[in-house]
Amino acid sequence: MLLPLGLIALLLGAWQIAASTGGIADALNLEDFLVASPAEIASSLWENRGLLAENAWVTLREMLLGILAALAVGVGMAIVMHRWRLLRDAAYPLIVASQTIPIVVISPILVVWFGYGITPKVVIIALICFFPITVNALDGLRSVDPEAVKLMRSLDASRWQRFWRAEAPAALPSLFTGIKIAVVVAPIGAVFAEWAGSSAGLGHLIQSDTAQFEVARQFATVVVLSAMALALIGLTALAERRVVTWR
Amino acid sequence: MRQDIRMKPESPGSQTVEPPAPGRGAPADAVALRAVSHSYAELRTLAAIDLEAPAQGVLGLVGPSGCGKSTLLELICGLQEPSAGTISVGGAESARARLERCAFMPQRDLLLPWYSAIDNASLALRNQGMGRREARAAAAGLFERFGLTGFEAARPAELSGGMRQRVAFLRTLIAGKPVLTLDEPFAALDAITRAEMQEWLASALRADPRTVVLVTHDVEEALYLCDRVAVLSARPARVVAELPSPHPRAPDRDAAVTDPEFIAAREEALRALRGS
Repeated sequence: MLLPLGLIALLLGAWQIAASTGGIADALNLEDFLVASPAEIASSLWENRGLLAENAWVTLREMLLGILAALAVGVGMAIVMHRWRLLRDAAYPLIVASQTIPIVVISPILVVWFGYGITPKVVIIALICFFPITVNALDGLRSVDPEAVKLMRSLDASRWQRFWRAEAPAALPSLFTGIKIAVVVAPIGAVFAEWAGSSAGLGHLIQSDTAQFEVARQFATVVVLSAMALALIGLTALAERRVVTWR
Repeated sequence: MRQDIRMKPESPGSQTVEPPAPGRGAPADAVALRAVSHSYAELRTLAAIDLEAPAQGVLGLVGPSGCGKSTLLELICGLQEPSAGTISVGGAESARARLERCAFMPQRDLLLPWYSAIDNASLALRNQGMGRREARAAAAGLFERFGLTGFEAARPAELSGGMRQRVAFLRTLIAGKPVLTLDEPFAALDAITRAEMQEWLASALRADPRTVVLVTHDVEEALYLCDRVAVLSARPARVVAELPSPHPRAPDRDAAVTDPEFIAAREEALRALRGS
């Protein structure tokens, strides 16, 4: 823990010096007020804490709903594709292709369809997040020892019992890997979704701050976004430790 | 942290053993194989096997490695269907009936890492609908008997290879089926524990007879535990010899295996094995 903190402190220190001496502004050929130093960002964080908290809650709600939707769809699809080989062969390429559509392009379309409310945001986040979940869940299911499943048959297990007792637990570690990845990319989806059409949220705040040259607050917003993502990853890791008790 | 614990020595006169799980007290069934052949992909693994294990009888299968003994067990207990021939357990030929009546013990213990030892052992009962507490209680007595007291809550990763084998064996027993198909049940055990387990199984079967088909590469083990021993050839396996064993499951193992009749039977079996 000490080493990363040390490195962060070093980088922040260097940044602070470069910013306050005007070094960055000179190098990038910018006006001084367009460059934010860590000290300015910190004070902006404090001054705007109410505003940031309000918008953070909006974005967090979108992210949580989006991740949950991705979880439901992703796990469901993985189970179905694991069970029916034909479906997997048919659907897998389509699922991969779905990820090649740039979110920047599809977000405005979804806003046109679903309006300015929370729905298009949840859809966009779910779209980004379901892929790592599906792929990892499917991989996890495929990693199940077939001998163990065969043994369950001789132990009077119904199909459901075989799945629930021998296959699902084996897939959990992979599933959590997928969830961690999804949690990391969810903020990206949230920000893009808000940029496409929103009146609130951290992404919206960054966007409106551009017009007002509120550079320090933009950075502060990014700090809040990162903190949110880190907290979610931490929660996921915690949940994994509670659930996957055998690794 | 792995530990191994010796089995509890059987106190004199205590031939009793926990009865099979409730609901499965049906009489043991006979196993019969008629002209069973089997191929896997293009490979002929079994060639026209005729075998029988009478109700509550113990049949041993010995043969060179890779000859198909394990496949034969899976066919008997209904996990696979033979390419040709019929297999009947208690008169029923369908795979489903065989699955219902046979308890299978694979070569690898295949204990599920996310369950404790006692939950692994009582899996069959849970699958049959028993509640967790009841199932654990049913298994607890046998844990003591197998010298596994205190390890009920341990995860498989915390147990030694020998203990895992014992839990797997427990799992097979607790299922309460009339027919047991055991694939090298004591392979992972050291010689002393192995002898103890053989004695335990012998006493368990004396007290609660079941039909057993036992695969082992240890001829002595087969002759001690089984009524009859079939010697299989290399692949494609056929039965090259079938011998009765002189003192199956005799209470005094040491005396039984040093008995001249036993030694003669062992010689005959080894000859048949080598000749195959």
